[in-house]
Amino acid sequence: MSQNEQGLEGPPPEERPHPDGRRNSQGIRIDPEVEAEPDSRTAMISALVEHEPGVLARVSGLFSRRQFNIESLTVGPTTVEGNARLTLLVEETEPGIDQIKKQLAKLKPVISVGELEERAVRSELVLLKVNGGEPDKVQAITEMYDGETLDAGPRTITIQLTGKHDEIEDALDAYRQFGIIEVARTGPTALSRGDRPTTPGEKPAAEATAVGVEPDGGTEQDGEAESQAETTN
Amino acid sequence: MSDSAQTTADPEADAETDADADQQAATETEPVTDGSSSIVRALENAGVEHAFGVQGGAIMPVYDALWDSDIEHVTMAHEQGASHAADAYGVVAGSPGIALATSGPGATNLVTGIADANMDSDAMVALTGQVPSDMVGSDAFQETDTTGVTMPITKHNWFADSADTIGDTVGNAFALAESGRPGPTLVDLPKDVSFEETDVEPGEPELPPGQDPPTTADSENVEAAASAIERAEKPLLLLGGGVIKAEATETARAFARDHGIPVVTTMPGIGTFPEDDELCLSWAGMHGTGYANMAITHTDCLIGVGTRFDDRLTGGIDTFAPEAEVVHVDIDPAEISKNIHADYPCIGDAGTVLDQLTDEMDHTPDAREWREQCQTWKNDYPMDYPVDKNAPLRPEFIVEAFDEATADDTIVTSGVGQHQMWAAQYWEFTEPRTWVSSHGLGTMGYGLPATIGARFAADADQDVVCFDGDGSFLMTLQELSVAVRENLDITIAVLNNEYVGMVRQWQDAFFEGRHMASEYNWMPEFDKLAEAFGACGWRVDNYDEVAPAIEEALDYDGPSVIDFHIDPEANVYPMVASGAPNGQFALSEDQL
Repeated sequence: MSQNEQGLEGPPPEERPHPDGRRNSQGIRIDPEVEAEPDSRTAMISALVEHEPGVLARVSGLFSRRQFNIESLTVGPTTVEGNARLTLLVEETEPGIDQIKKQLAKLKPVISVGELEERAVRSELVLLKVNGGEPDKVQAITEMYDGETLDAGPRTITIQLTGKHDEIEDALDAYRQFGIIEVARTGPTALSRGDRPTTPGEKPAAEATAVGVEPDGGTEQDGEAESQAETTN
Repeated sequence: MSDSAQTTADPEADAETDADADQQAATETEPVTDGSSSIVRALENAGVEHAFGVQGGAIMPVYDALWDSDIEHVTMAHEQGASHAADAYGVVAGSPGIALATSGPGATNLVTGIADANMDSDAMVALTGQVPSDMVGSDAFQETDTTGVTMPITKHNWFADSADTIGDTVGNAFALAESGRPGPTLVDLPKDVSFEETDVEPGEPELPPGQDPPTTADSENVEAAASAIERAEKPLLLLGGGVIKAEATETARAFARDHGIPVVTTMPGIGTFPEDDELCLSWAGMHGTGYANMAITHTDCLIGVGTRFDDRLTGGIDTFAPEAEVVHVDIDPAEISKNIHADYPCIGDAGTVLDQLTDEMDHTPDAREWREQCQTWKNDYPMDYPVDKNAPLRPEFIVEAFDEATADDTIVTSGVGQHQMWAAQYWEFTEPRTWVSSHGLGTMGYGLPATIGARFAADADQDVVCFDGDGSFLMTLQELSVAVRENLDITIAVLNNEYVGMVRQWQDAFFEGRHMASEYNWMPEFDKLAEAFGACGWRVDNYDEVAPAIEEALDYDGPSVIDFHIDPEANVYPMVASGAPNGQFALSEDQL
């Protein structure tokens, strides 16, 4: 054989033609001269799950082992007995968000997964404990942010705030002058606006339907009326 | 089973069957009496004929119920062997294999095999004993959080909490394992639940909501994909293991031939297309053929069916099939655009979607030049090796000698390493379910226990040949005791180079030849070790001895081991370095 001792026959790598095309790290064909790597964005994902033992471990394990960036996770029961809703705030590239939704849907206890639209109703709850030295000033800020004083003593004041993420951040900034001692935040939870189900195909429990809420199976609503009626937090 | 076990089981059996004259008939229709008998009934209802496992404290009630069943239990030497045997059984049989183990170490020993099955999407059901429910969480003797440990490596797992539903759970675990994209499932069985009385017979298995994926792909996507294939000038079909799991081999073959589309397979897809067919370019990827890697680099339309575009296939993502529009057919939506973006996603069953594509295609792509190009590459990059009768044995020669000595339907199993690549490269596969290996997880030690599982699933007249490495063989060779006890007609070819060969090859290529922990320097004499186990052993050092030893080993009606002392410096080429472009495969070390 006309080859080196271990080698195989054939033109070596440098003599082979190679196409000019390239893919990015998401496996998408790109023009390497033009395209940059895609940016990540924040997405609010709602998952309707069977409320069975281990479901949180399955979801958090999935995020951990697939290295999905998760910012917050809230969980609680729904109108349907035995179901729970998980609301996840994630930050990923577009293909990453797509993967999160698909991998979540593969988990056996997960009934359905939806991404909340930008205009969905979102809110989070915060408890914070500040120094009680200036109760009047603290009270003024609490009123300004529609908060509620839950506990007031000579040394500390504990306040509850609810609202959108940015409003909460603003409020926390305002309290910082007094010295924030402790904070507990739930992370945002959310529902879709109008009668569009929050996750595809989601149906309320029978009694909710009886009082007039009829799910429409996920068709896009015009939503104009709902937007105008939007309540501010 | 031991005599004492028989004594324990007898009184119960007598009590059950006294009333009936026909003891055999009574045994078959015996009603469910407790959790354990419900578990076994669920397995019987699912058509299970074999189970692989190891006894132990917490699983004893289930084993006791197996005493009355027609299910044949194979006692393995180690639970890892049980999980690999069950995995391989499933690969060959096309229905889930069953692995049984006790709690704690029994369950954790199963883990490697479960992870292996998970990576290769092999259907398998693991049943593990667990400490009694009231002791769970107390760090009891032989307690492990088995559902916690196996959560990331199963499709789903269950902790059984009631004897009334335990049979349903096992039936559902079996159904889920083989549905959609197959994979392993596990049911953890606390001892008290297995013992608990119940007369509830397991019902019809049910898939959980959302776990029974549609088989038919979206028709608009199929239409678009069909047009893309029609207008392609360099179409290439990439057939993965999913084609075999979907029983779509015939459909895929017809699709390629009817449309004149060249075929590349993945490693798990070996056997989907006959490698002696002119259209077949064998398998692509790290150690795939040069022509397969050329084709996958230059195709303008890659039709991936039942593949997850694993990194060992793609090489560097940036240079993978860089000019190709990708049609991706897969039953698992999460695989679409996970690694490689799918221009035409077709989510559904492989066979169904290929039929849909055929229905949508008005004409075949004009690919005559492309087919000729593929043939040119076949001629440019032949798979060959030097044979010098005075030099040490070439491993490739041994693989080809076995291939010649055996029928087309012979099942080939392997461990993981160089020997696995030589077996995959130089054996000419023509049938599905004849290549059984550890692909995704790359589990050294898979070979022998997998051979045992494959033997139980194979037809009686099928040969089962295992290519193993010396390092791989040493990891699980205690299972030879099982092969001897069960008198299994298997042949194990150890390609012995006294190295962790693939590691040694990489050290030579990438670590300046520093053979840290890859030289064994000493290995047991495997032929004599085989004899000590009660198997038949040969040692082969020369070319002249190869064919006679193979013939004798194949003729021997029982387990046989041939210890082939091969050229220790033999390497696996072609090779695409990790993350390198497939088209830049090296033909020798100096090209890396």
